[in-house]
Amino acid sequence: MSVNLKILRYSPKEGKRYDTFEVPYQRWTTVLDALLYVKAYVDHSLALRYSCRMASCGSCGMLINGKPRLACYTKISELNSNEIICEPLPNFPIIRDLATNFDRFFTNHKNMMPYIINEKTDRKMDDIHREFIQKPDEVEKYLQFSYCIKCGLCYAACPTTAMDKEFPGPQALAQMYRYMIDSRDQASRKRLEIIDNRHGIWRCHFAGSCSNVCPKGVDPALGIQLLRSYLLGFSKKGEEKAVLYISSH
Amino acid sequence: MRESNIMKIHYITGISAIILVAIHIMFRLIMPYGASLEYENVIANYKNLPYTIVLELVLVTVAIHGFNGLRIILIELRQGRVWEKSMTWLCIIGAASIIAYGTRTIILASLTGEV
Ligand code: SF4
Ligand code: FES
Repeated sequence: MSVNLKILRYSPKEGKRYDTFEVPYQRWTTVLDALLYVKAYVDHSLALRYSCRMASCGSCGMLINGKPRLACYTKISELNSNEIICEPLPNFPIIRDLATNFDRFFTNHKNMMPYIINEKTDRKMDDIHREFIQKPDEVEKYLQFSYCIKCGLCYAACPTTAMDKEFPGPQALAQMYRYMIDSRDQASRKRLEIIDNRHGIWRCHFAGSCSNVCPKGVDPALGIQLLRSYLLGFSKKGEEKAVLYISSH
Repeated sequence: MRESNIMKIHYITGISAIILVAIHIMFRLIMPYGASLEYENVIANYKNLPYTIVLELVLVTVAIHGFNGLRIILIELRQGRVWEKSMTWLCIIGAASIIAYGTRTIILASLTGEV
């Protein structure tokens, strides 16, 4: 069996063009396998980003037949097409071929302070062991959002991100929710202030395309709507705090 | 003003506008729909105080909601401090002008029966 792999090629000097390669495949061949076949046997100059080959690192995101997907997580056989079109992720500047620049995406992520803020967690190098104990329902609140692998597929699918370059994007907003709702975190107010501006959370129009493309089952659109309910005063973060457990060994 | 407060106003005016427009239409259903659009009946409506109050509220809520919606579209279309500030002011002036002109019309029609 073989399939035509049509790849968007780009270099700053030569601009854009499509190259088509005929690639053999098996039932289990992924689009990433096919691209690596091209790179190994046909055209070594093909630029793409990948690492884990198992939907864990989030680096092989691209537009496959018009939809943002992970190349290592998309089998050629599931696409039911004789032609597979691979293009770089939209809403990201292209570096070369299928490799895109994630600087703005990661900056947005960092701006959300993606870490627990709690003065009791300042750990000195002593022998005191500090641990927050959370109940299962407290973990449940943020668990699905912690599965995010920062692949950028939701960012590529978001219509607001396409228009508004200052919008943080679904991934960053979903991570904001993930940390805000964590019972160990004490910075809810500061977090909500970060996203409550002209280009912040309010620019989401709930298209839902982010949740539609996420390969890890995260629902960024849900996180955004839940965050909004805090900003509108419909929800309040519970008084319940994770219990700090201290022991010395 | 915080964007969340602006959006609270946006949602409240949006929901209020739906309710007020429904009341406004119901006012007109006390007679056959075609008759309610005749000149004398329209002017007579302006002399009915509850009707004019609802009309004024429709004007204010729709203008605020509509112009804020326009502001949102414009700042999504293009970014930059100068653009955003100018568009925000343009929308505030637009809403204020429409409200002022509409209020003038409502007052004139209810007091003099002419617009
Ligand atoms: S939310 Fe999903 S689609 Fe978005 S970056 Fe995280 S894993 Fe990728
Ligand atoms: S190669 Fe790591 S997610 Fe695809």
